[in-house]
Amino acid sequence: MATVSSAPLGLWRLGRRKITDAILDLGELSLFASRILTGMRRRSSYNTLLPISFSVGVSSIPVVTITGMFIGMVLAVQAYSEFYSLGLATRLGQIINISVVRELGPVLAAVMLAGRVGSAMAAELATMRITEQIDALACLGTNPIHYLGTPRFLACVLLIPLLTIMANFMGVLGGAMICIDVYHVESHHYWENVRGYIGMWDLMTGLIKPIFFGAAIAVICCHRGFYSDAGAEGVGRAATRAFVLSFIAVLVLDFFLAMFLNNLYDYLWPHTRGLF
Amino acid sequence: MTMSAANTVPKPLISLQQVTMQFGAQRVLHALDVEVQRGQTLGVIGESGCGKTVLLKLIIGLLRPTVGRVIFDGKQLDNLAERELTQQRLRFGFLFQGAALFDSLSVYDNVAFGLRAQGSKPEPEIGEIVRQRLQEVGLPVGVLAKKPAELSGGMKKRVGLARALALDPEVMLYDEPTTGLDPIMTDVINELILQTRRQRPVTSIIVTHEMKTINKVADRVVMLYPLSRLQPGEPQILFDGTPDQLHASADTRVRQFIEGEARDRLQELAAKSDQS
Repeated sequence: MATVSSAPLGLWRLGRRKITDAILDLGELSLFASRILTGMRRRSSYNTLLPISFSVGVSSIPVVTITGMFIGMVLAVQAYSEFYSLGLATRLGQIINISVVRELGPVLAAVMLAGRVGSAMAAELATMRITEQIDALACLGTNPIHYLGTPRFLACVLLIPLLTIMANFMGVLGGAMICIDVYHVESHHYWENVRGYIGMWDLMTGLIKPIFFGAAIAVICCHRGFYSDAGAEGVGRAATRAFVLSFIAVLVLDFFLAMFLNNLYDYLWPHTRGLF
Repeated sequence: MTMSAANTVPKPLISLQQVTMQFGAQRVLHALDVEVQRGQTLGVIGESGCGKTVLLKLIIGLLRPTVGRVIFDGKQLDNLAERELTQQRLRFGFLFQGAALFDSLSVYDNVAFGLRAQGSKPEPEIGEIVRQRLQEVGLPVGVLAKKPAELSGGMKKRVGLARALALDPEVMLYDEPTTGLDPIMTDVINELILQTRRQRPVTSIIVTHEMKTINKVADRVVMLYPLSRLQPGEPQILFDGTPDQLHASADTRVRQFIEGEARDRLQELAAKSDQS
């Protein structure tokens, strides 16, 4: 009898504790982000920016190129039969390219960044934590968050738009290749329709969103690394959680940014949307 | 008379007053009072997990006590703002248990790190200091370009010591400086600690399990005991005196530790695991 009555109470307590923990985590993450941002005023935070930028940006180009190209190709394969049956094959480029430029390119670049760079960043910082290298930095008069977190944040924020451009370009190229070379869609009309449909707004929104994604990935992954648990298991957990949380953050941010930017578009240019 | 007596008692350089340290539900230190005089070499001994490393990290301000005060040269460290705390930390040198060398940097850059972070010396002068410190710890110039992964355990410890000494600290903190080293290298490190003390007026705190290190280098010894094994109301410091007095201690736990005898500990540990 006692267990029946205490079960809902236990669940309520558990739920309340989880919510409290989540709010505390969010507060801690915000504080960590603010410390990273204050590091931007310190000259020493820029000493390691170049090698980190190489690892974040240049090393990510192959994976972003390949995934971007294949996503464009897959979109073409999936959409062709429907568009062809409606006699709209020359308009395929519109749907492929708008999907790539506004959604898939930015999200893909962000996911690649979270998977390839973010989890490695978390693992590296977690290893530095457990081997006391982060404590050693503090002992040598350096703020570890400024020295380690700020350049990683800057590299992610500055380079993710460039990776997105690369993903977009390869996606557009991949889609066009399949449509024109494999399905023999007439190329002049294919590109003309694309040019008439995709505007500067689409390109710009597709490049604004990744800045937020990059910031979220850097803050989450650095935070996970900095406050990792001890041991090899702790490092592994930090890397995994960094990727999972970054991925969720990217999708949540994408939803809210898409809502906000669409509403902003409708407010600035009402009644101008439409496929044809 | 009382006045003059009070005036002649030197103020301690480091003072921990009623310090309690707790991590979540786990209490590691409780109501600890420790004072260290300027120029003294204090050895801290005790079983693994009794809070020796935590004590060092409290003294350098890497951890803030849950309760109590840590005072260094008249300043309450746990109350200082981050920037002032960083300034105070530069007066310490910390030799970490695993040396905590920065993996991505060469030996030269590791030793030069603190000097560069200070930004007060030109690079040629920094180079001179780095070579001098490495020479002091008996390392050849050939190791300058090597990465920490290419060094043996003893070499890492010596580079760590050179890095800690590069800033000419007033206080040296050694966290298990000889753990994991062979007997010869252990004695080399002991000699280096003595040499450091001879060359500069440094106050030292050495956390160790090695009784040979204590007998050789310490002026005074403090033995901590794990809180979980203390009797109710018993102080955490079981012994505070000179190394010579250790063997004459009436406390069997102190003698058991210095003689390195398990006696009934195995049964005690087995009983504890049965209970849990």
